[in-house]
Amino acid sequence: MRAFTYERAKTPAQAAAAVAGTQGAKFLAGGTNLLDLMKLEIETPTHLVDVQDLGLDRIERGTDGGLRIGALVTNSALATDARVRRDYGVLARAIVAGASGQLRNKATTAGNLLQRTRCPYFYDTNQPCNKRRAGSGCAAIGGFSRQLGVIGTSDQCIATYPGDMAVAMRVLDATVETVKADGTTRTIPIADFHRLPGDDPQRDTNIERGELITAVTLPPPLEGVHVYRKVRDRASYAFALVSVAAVIHKDGAGRVAFGGVAPKPWRVEAAEPALREGAKPVAAQMFAGATPRHDNRFKILLAERALASVLAEIKEG
Amino acid sequence: MEFNAPAGPNLFDKARIVGKPTPRIEGPLKTTGTAPYAYERHDVVPDQAYGYIVGSAIAKGRILSMDSAQAQAAPGVLGIVTALGTPPVGKPATNNAPLFGGPDVAHYHQAIACVVAETFEQARAAAGLIRTRYERAGGRHDLEALVPGAPLAKGRDGRPDQRAIGDFAAAFAAAPVKLDATYHTSDESHAMMEPHATIAAWQGDRLTLWTSNQMIAWSKAAMAEVLAMDPAKIRLDSPYVGGGFGGKLFVRADAVLAALAARKVGRPVKVALQRPLMPNNTTHRPATIQRIRIGAEKDGRIVAIAHENWSGNIGGEDGENGSAQTARMYAAPNRLTANYTAQIDLPEGNAMRAPGEAPGHLALEVAIDELADRLGIDPIALRILNEPQSQVPGMPERRFSDRNLVRCLREGADRFDWARRQARPGQMRERQWLIGMGVAAGYRGGPATRSAARVRLDGKGGLVVETDMTDIGTGSYTIIAQTAAETMGVPLAAVSVVLGDSDHPVSSGSGGQWGAASATAGVYAACVSLRRKIGERLGFDGDAATFADGRIALGKRTLSLGDAGILSAEDSISFGPFKREYDVGTYAGHFAEVAVHAYTGETRIRRMLAVCDAGRILNPLSARSQVIGAMVMAAGAALMEELAVDKRFGFFVNHDLAGYEVPVHADIPHQECIFLDTLDPVISPLKAKGVGELGICGPGAAIANAVYNATGIRVRDYPLTLDKYLDRLPAVG
Repeated sequence: MRAFTYERAKTPAQAAAAVAGTQGAKFLAGGTNLLDLMKLEIETPTHLVDVQDLGLDRIERGTDGGLRIGALVTNSALATDARVRRDYGVLARAIVAGASGQLRNKATTAGNLLQRTRCPYFYDTNQPCNKRRAGSGCAAIGGFSRQLGVIGTSDQCIATYPGDMAVAMRVLDATVETVKADGTTRTIPIADFHRLPGDDPQRDTNIERGELITAVTLPPPLEGVHVYRKVRDRASYAFALVSVAAVIHKDGAGRVAFGGVAPKPWRVEAAEPALREGAKPVAAQMFAGATPRHDNRFKILLAERALASVLAEIKEG
Repeated sequence: MEFNAPAGPNLFDKARIVGKPTPRIEGPLKTTGTAPYAYERHDVVPDQAYGYIVGSAIAKGRILSMDSAQAQAAPGVLGIVTALGTPPVGKPATNNAPLFGGPDVAHYHQAIACVVAETFEQARAAAGLIRTRYERAGGRHDLEALVPGAPLAKGRDGRPDQRAIGDFAAAFAAAPVKLDATYHTSDESHAMMEPHATIAAWQGDRLTLWTSNQMIAWSKAAMAEVLAMDPAKIRLDSPYVGGGFGGKLFVRADAVLAALAARKVGRPVKVALQRPLMPNNTTHRPATIQRIRIGAEKDGRIVAIAHENWSGNIGGEDGENGSAQTARMYAAPNRLTANYTAQIDLPEGNAMRAPGEAPGHLALEVAIDELADRLGIDPIALRILNEPQSQVPGMPERRFSDRNLVRCLREGADRFDWARRQARPGQMRERQWLIGMGVAAGYRGGPATRSAARVRLDGKGGLVVETDMTDIGTGSYTIIAQTAAETMGVPLAAVSVVLGDSDHPVSSGSGGQWGAASATAGVYAACVSLRRKIGERLGFDGDAATFADGRIALGKRTLSLGDAGILSAEDSISFGPFKREYDVGTYAGHFAEVAVHAYTGETRIRRMLAVCDAGRILNPLSARSQVIGAMVMAAGAALMEELAVDKRFGFFVNHDLAGYEVPVHADIPHQECIFLDTLDPVISPLKAKGVGELGICGPGAAIANAVYNATGIRVRDYPLTLDKYLDRLPAVG
């Protein structure tokens, strides 16, 4: 871990300005991912702006009947909120499928969106990694890629976005609210929040330097059965091989997104009308153009079968 | 004390303390966080500095240069030991890979530097500033590709590791029912909770190491070789070990670099191996490829069995012998076992809990299940039909000392409700889950070796036991206290036990499942010696007197042990040649029920049972913990544990606990362990064999067999992750 300086910001705009104005600065919220990465010198910020005093830790009813989730609401608080459990079951289920109780107590909503990949080559600073160091190469391509992406990847990077929460938010059409250093705010649809690596895999998201997430808003509740199905090698405390977030109506229509397969939560709206016909046509459309590797080819079939399991379970009641 | 003949009736047959469920005597220290583990021994020596190890970034080649000027100038840095600045240290025979020094790199994360600073954070930060340039060399990293040219392993006695009895080829060719199957097991990591850790301090030319180590005497001798110094000037102290599993049998980079760094900076230095270094810097269980051929009559009698095993190791040292147990299993007249080791450029393969047998059962006990399926015979019935009689197959001069495997299987079948199992696979379904049951036999040797102890009456009613035996979480403290209390006729609470200090008499140490049998016998020997001395001092015939309730008595005369004052005795147990006539083993019947998801292939264990035959069980509480812990490890090997090899660069990629998955609580819902009430008079005066490794020999195969029973899909490549059979699961909508 490199030496760094530290401050606690008082307002969101001040925090944004502090990061924007200091070379090498980063926001610190729960720290469950950033501090680990700093210990391994994968992240080497020179200055940390701690945002824990910003008061962004409330869940409020939105004027449109949705929910506005403060950036600092912990995963535990969000998953146990009665409104979330009742109206946004897919989100509550996704959160509790991730990490451990201790981590969820500390991890925040904004931090979880910014969780970096768990690619083992990203984590080993001896190995080339374009996401860690631009232009150094990608050791994962041609290496051990079982956990890595099958679609949306590039010849520069095949990392996945590893989290669960954002996959549910993608199905719910959440919106990310931010504030920039100059005090201006903007909203980013979750679909546009994470980005594909292309030729610039260092950037995981479309937010700018010094842009601070202040909240995530959820539209009014969606009718239907809310399901989050996480498939993994062990029963708990493991990243998804494939996960399915779905909201399915009685008539079989609905929405679906996959986790664990791409650099972002993977949803293809155009495929969703096929849900009534079953998992196969949906998966076929969602994974059209996939570029799996030898080790992770199974994820495409797994995604289809996991979705089939979800649909069958809903049908069986 | 010489143990020269099987034990007759003795005091342990009427035991009041030995054999009774006894909570760990050191348990309160552990549950309150006050048991001093190596890295936290802040009080043993003042002025401790922190060392941080740098591992090689390449798997094979040479270091061209190391620039540590920036690191040296970093805040708090006291000194840096570098490989280029240090000639290669001695390599003890117990270590396969070089430990430290010189430009040559033999494996990934080989230690190449240790940075010492005032704080851990300063040492870590400075370590990141060292710039190393390498010249990469090509290597052999793919076991499968090395199989064709691999020579026979050297074997324990230096003879090629191959054994043939009868005429396997002819008998196999003529057999009406045949199985020929090849199985793959993975490289596995010990992943113990406490990493390798050492505090080293020099006093002149004397070195003290507070460390975490299973084998004190071996490691003291090894450190003397490493540093080319007189072993009498080295002291090791390892009273608490947070898990070893064979990974701490020998000295590793933490001890070597703590010693070198402490000498360099002139202060005590503490070093813990960082978790991400553990898989590549230390040792692991090598992967195996095992081919098993079995020929049987239609009635199930096996006429021919061959088990060939391939593994790799660095420097061509022997690897993992999966055929180890097969010589003692199944009474076929025609037999072949062979063990090949390829020279492979991966980190060092070395002992991990039940080396050989653990992966060996994953192959053999699935092969038997496959044969049973082919024959249409229940797999338990098939095993019982082929159970050897009193002799080791093909070795009429060696008889089993006490073998009750059939009882284990029968009792297990009753307890597990085996009759509910459907012989035809894929018949049991609950909603989206396919349910299956599996069984496997288990065998692991019951070794015992020379072990010494000192016992002392402290003159205040207490009895102190001192030995360099270790407790690696196994319960050694407690069984030693039980043995001493029983033999001396004092309450358990009167006994205090001091372990892990090389200044104390040399014990067996903890390894190869021999610690419990050997160390308790050594303590018994010392106690018998003390009884004689007490008798002499108080005017009794110590051999004839009885010791009970804190008193010595003979006829009507009785005195308190307190009257003997302060008195100590030291002795050892050693085992005579009569044992060569016997094969001393431990046996188990392992059962598992699993659910396999019909859509996704996720396998979840529902329940596990082990019925164990290991002679007298010294402490049913800690023995049960040993067995169920080993069952968890077996479940890991069967379902998820795999060090993934990057065959291009020659290293284990998933080298942390996020990437190398071991079972969590949710994977292990229900475990049961039953011990048969047996005694083995050949093992030791206590008639008790170790169980620490028996529990990992078989459960993985039982799980694999249950997966087959659930799905009808046979996977011969461990771990049985869903990607290996997803496309063979039933079609879904």
